[in-house]
Amino acid sequence: MGEGQGRGEREGDEAMGTVTVETEIESRVHYLNASYGIKSWLLTTDHKRIALLYLASITFFFFVGGAAAVLMRLNLISPGGAIVEPATYNKLFSMHGIIMVFLFLIPSIPAVLGNFLVPLMIGARDLAFPRINLLSWYVFMAGGLLILYSVIAGGVDTGWTFYTPLSTTYANTNVISAALGVFIVGFSSILTGLNFIVTIHKMRAPGMTWFKMPLFLWAMYATSIIQILGTPVLAISLTLVALERLFHVGVFDPAVGGDPVLFQHLFWFYSHPAVYIMILPSMGVISELVTAFSKKRIFGYTFVAFSSVAIAVISFLVWGHHMFVAGQSIYAGLVFSLLSFAVAIPSAIKVFNWTATLYKGSISYDAPMLYALGFIGLFTMGGLTGLFLATLAVDVHVHGTYFVVAHFHYIMVGGAVMGYLGGIHYWWPKISGRLYPEGWARLSAAILFVGFNLTFFPQYVLGYLGMPRRYAVYPSEFQVLNVMSSAGASILGVGYLIPLVYLVWSMRYGPVAGPNPWGAKGLEWQAPSPPPTENFEETPIVTEEAYAYGSEETQVA
Amino acid sequence: MWQGFPLRPEQASTIARGIDHLYYFLTAVDLFFTALIFLTIFYFAIKYRRRAKGAKATQIGANLPLEVVWTVIPLGICAFTFLWGASLFIRYSRPPEAATEIFVVGKQWMWKLQHPEGPMEINELHVPVERPIKLTMTSEDVIHGFYIPAFRIQKDVIPGRYTSIWFQATKTGQYHFFCNQYCGTNHAVMAGYVIVMTPDDYEQWISGGIRGESMVSAGARLYDQLGCITCHGTGKGPPFVNLFGSKVKLTDGTTVIADEDYIRESILYPSAQIVEGYTALMPTYKGQVTEEQLLQLIAYIKSLSAEGGKQPSKPATYPPSLEGAREAGGTGKVIK
Amino acid sequence: MHSSTAALAEQFDDLQQQQEASSLGMWVFLATEVMFFGGLFTAYILYRNFYLPGFEAGSRLLNVRIGALNTAILLCSSLTMALAVRAAQLGKKGALTTFLFLTLLLGLAFVAVKLGLEWRHDYLEGFAPGVHWTFHGPDWRHIELFFVFYFFMTGIHALHMVVGVGILTALILMAGRGKFSPQRYNAVEVAGLYWHFVDIVWIFLYPLLYLIGGRY
Repeated sequence: MGEGQGRGEREGDEAMGTVTVETEIESRVHYLNASYGIKSWLLTTDHKRIALLYLASITFFFFVGGAAAVLMRLNLISPGGAIVEPATYNKLFSMHGIIMVFLFLIPSIPAVLGNFLVPLMIGARDLAFPRINLLSWYVFMAGGLLILYSVIAGGVDTGWTFYTPLSTTYANTNVISAALGVFIVGFSSILTGLNFIVTIHKMRAPGMTWFKMPLFLWAMYATSIIQILGTPVLAISLTLVALERLFHVGVFDPAVGGDPVLFQHLFWFYSHPAVYIMILPSMGVISELVTAFSKKRIFGYTFVAFSSVAIAVISFLVWGHHMFVAGQSIYAGLVFSLLSFAVAIPSAIKVFNWTATLYKGSISYDAPMLYALGFIGLFTMGGLTGLFLATLAVDVHVHGTYFVVAHFHYIMVGGAVMGYLGGIHYWWPKISGRLYPEGWARLSAAILFVGFNLTFFPQYVLGYLGMPRRYAVYPSEFQVLNVMSSAGASILGVGYLIPLVYLVWSMRYGPVAGPNPWGAKGLEWQAPSPPPTENFEETPIVTEEAYAYGSEETQVA
Repeated sequence: MWQGFPLRPEQASTIARGIDHLYYFLTAVDLFFTALIFLTIFYFAIKYRRRAKGAKATQIGANLPLEVVWTVIPLGICAFTFLWGASLFIRYSRPPEAATEIFVVGKQWMWKLQHPEGPMEINELHVPVERPIKLTMTSEDVIHGFYIPAFRIQKDVIPGRYTSIWFQATKTGQYHFFCNQYCGTNHAVMAGYVIVMTPDDYEQWISGGIRGESMVSAGARLYDQLGCITCHGTGKGPPFVNLFGSKVKLTDGTTVIADEDYIRESILYPSAQIVEGYTALMPTYKGQVTEEQLLQLIAYIKSLSAEGGKQPSKPATYPPSLEGAREAGGTGKVIK
Repeated sequence: MHSSTAALAEQFDDLQQQQEASSLGMWVFLATEVMFFGGLFTAYILYRNFYLPGFEAGSRLLNVRIGALNTAILLCSSLTMALAVRAAQLGKKGALTTFLFLTLLLGLAFVAVKLGLEWRHDYLEGFAPGVHWTFHGPDWRHIELFFVFYFFMTGIHALHMVVGVGILTALILMAGRGKFSPQRYNAVEVAGLYWHFVDIVWIFLYPLLYLIGGRY
């Protein structure tokens, strides 16, 4: 430890003089400077530019959803609600959920890192369908703008789960536009998944067999399977809700013979696999980070690869665990509980394999590694709280409480978002051609870790004590824990703002990066930083395994 | 737990302790593995830190036995936990035979809780300690949820059907109940207290105060007033004695159990299921009966089933008006 | 899909890779469509199970003969589509254009019959839920629920037909300009996959909606 500020182990400008590299990056043509002007960005078919379009959009939506969270946590400082009326609070938590799930978490890694890296990692010039890729961004923006419209037009207050008959008959907020917005965004997800599946099947470089692929690609593949098969069912569920609302017909309204619980089945049939869309890509990133920053092959490659597929398959079989107290039969409960335990096992296997990868490694503490290590620990804790929820007798007590809220935030924030940030930092030199300031990055990672735990750990306790979720006001005996959580949230907020500042700063003022500042394995590191539009001069030929560290001195340049 | 910083609610029902034990076990497992992983990471990260630039790692081959071990052990823990949780769940799913049934109707944004003896409470539930209580619940509008943290139970409350939970309180006191399925603007204030009293206090409470009709007598009165008796007391419609809980054969050949949902549907959507041997004559009462009245009718029909439903016999509480109606109109098929 | 008939697209190494990717892409897309319609079918089948009398009554209100006509139209269109693909395989530009055009005509006929004849009739008779519903006889709520599913399922199907008609139009224009050859007809093949899929959905829709009226 203790390398110079902002340098770490990276040797971006070590060998060559800074001046030469600067002019080199100015004169070399790469995807960022290959063409200028807004049309060249808005009509691009280059997967790397599309990734950046997504990066800008989802960052924007993240901070909108985050603003809602800030207001929520501020309100919860006082048992009677500190700053907003319950009607407004209900809209805030609904918007927070809808925006964070559909406009941030689901697209984040696939549409940003996946789009950027999948072709580079398999040695291809682009994805299979570049124009469909661009279309997916436009579809995403259309859905996102419709959801934003719902916010501006007064919000929606059904929760991101849109349960009927509240959403179909009783809510008098902008349900239709929000539901349609989500429906449209779903298509974007489908198009991205379709593109990745075809690309990974058909466009791998010569020599790259399935089992030589980096695990990030396995994770993206498994995620894409879920996107393809699950999202259409959400589309149907939300369309039926919108139709019922528009035409006053009773698909889910018991007053006319509809079954409100049927909606829950249809909704969760997608939305459970959806949570694996949100975490699997992050797990793929962790496999990349853990290997690169311990300079080691992954321990148990085959197990980690197959565990991604196993998670994708089993994820479709557990949706009923959201409905243990919804009036399902006992037998349904037993089946879903058993399967929910089963889906935990592949995740456990990953955690053990990542940890074992560190053994006898050569470990450095760059920011991406800090994010990765934080992920592994927090995901373990949060994933294990999933077992509490899978346990029937315990779920009857904690369902619908802050325990659930803590569980999924541990996975989504302590897990997925940290994996996303780790990946952004790791591949930042490749994406931008610049190095980010290492000191600030490590500081942010630490702030995030502390702030995150302070925010969400108290919520486990709150949940078991019996505080329900989605409560704008609450009994006063819950106040201390709520204040603790809100205090943590303020730290968390700071932790997110700092990277926004220094990453943007580094795009212009960061030191120029060489092709492989980390000395990592993987085809993406053989291309220059940033890569040219066509990625590789010649199609690379793959001869070695993934993460073939130690077989030779890794080229650091 | 610790005075002033509790980590769990009071244990106020017969099942609470068992659930808490399972919870402690899960917590121990979680904390153990979290600590194990964090400490191992910490240890490896320090022991194997890169001491010099370009320092190489020692590549390790795959280790199948290790993979098997750390697959099998979590599998074992999961199987054990599943079985423990499932057995508690199954055991607690059936209310005791002698449970007192209280009917709960939720609506935006309040609860109406109806005792069989008559009193109806709003947002409060008085119950005697050490007696099993079954809550049969429905909603008038959206899906709500009824949750009593101190008893460790909850269930969604759904419009158009009945769901039920049961509990046996072990300690007197006041315990929160909450609406636990988001239901709109005032979801967070749709709450109240379960007030658990000693049997004597409860007797006093239930006999004092505003004495409404018992559910059964209210149901019997409705049976008369709404004209049900004109068909179901004359043979034009199927009889009610021993109906509740029995198997009913329908005209389409299928057989259903006459439970609360069946009776409710028969009153609101009579042509949906016709009993074999009868025709679709019954008009619907949709819009003419409230949810509470439906529950009263159900209570009345239940009361017409003898113990175990085997022997027809005179029901326990008949108000005189009904006796008079039987003598006058001839309800031979109802009571033999 | 269009790129496979133009020159080799940049991202592909050779035509074969391009064509394989194109076909796989269509298969994956069809998988999403299976899930989309599947969700709808599941809901329909569940409700039919709960409310059999009402759903049977609703089904009896549909015109089986018109439904059968539409089925025949679609089956013929699948034949003409398959013949179009065959023509493309053999490099017969005239036959290709003719068969594509016939398929398009049959597709339009289907949509015209469905919307212009059936839907219009149901609307005028007061069986259009939420728009013009006048029936309040026995079981009317369940019959209305049946019609909600009827209109939604056939509507979404018709929407897919219209998209198919659009694709066919594009193909006809491309065929006219000589874009296809025995080595390069992947777009026709892939469009054929889509068209057959839409046909298969109807093969499921027809019995589920029209033939369960308890009249057989």
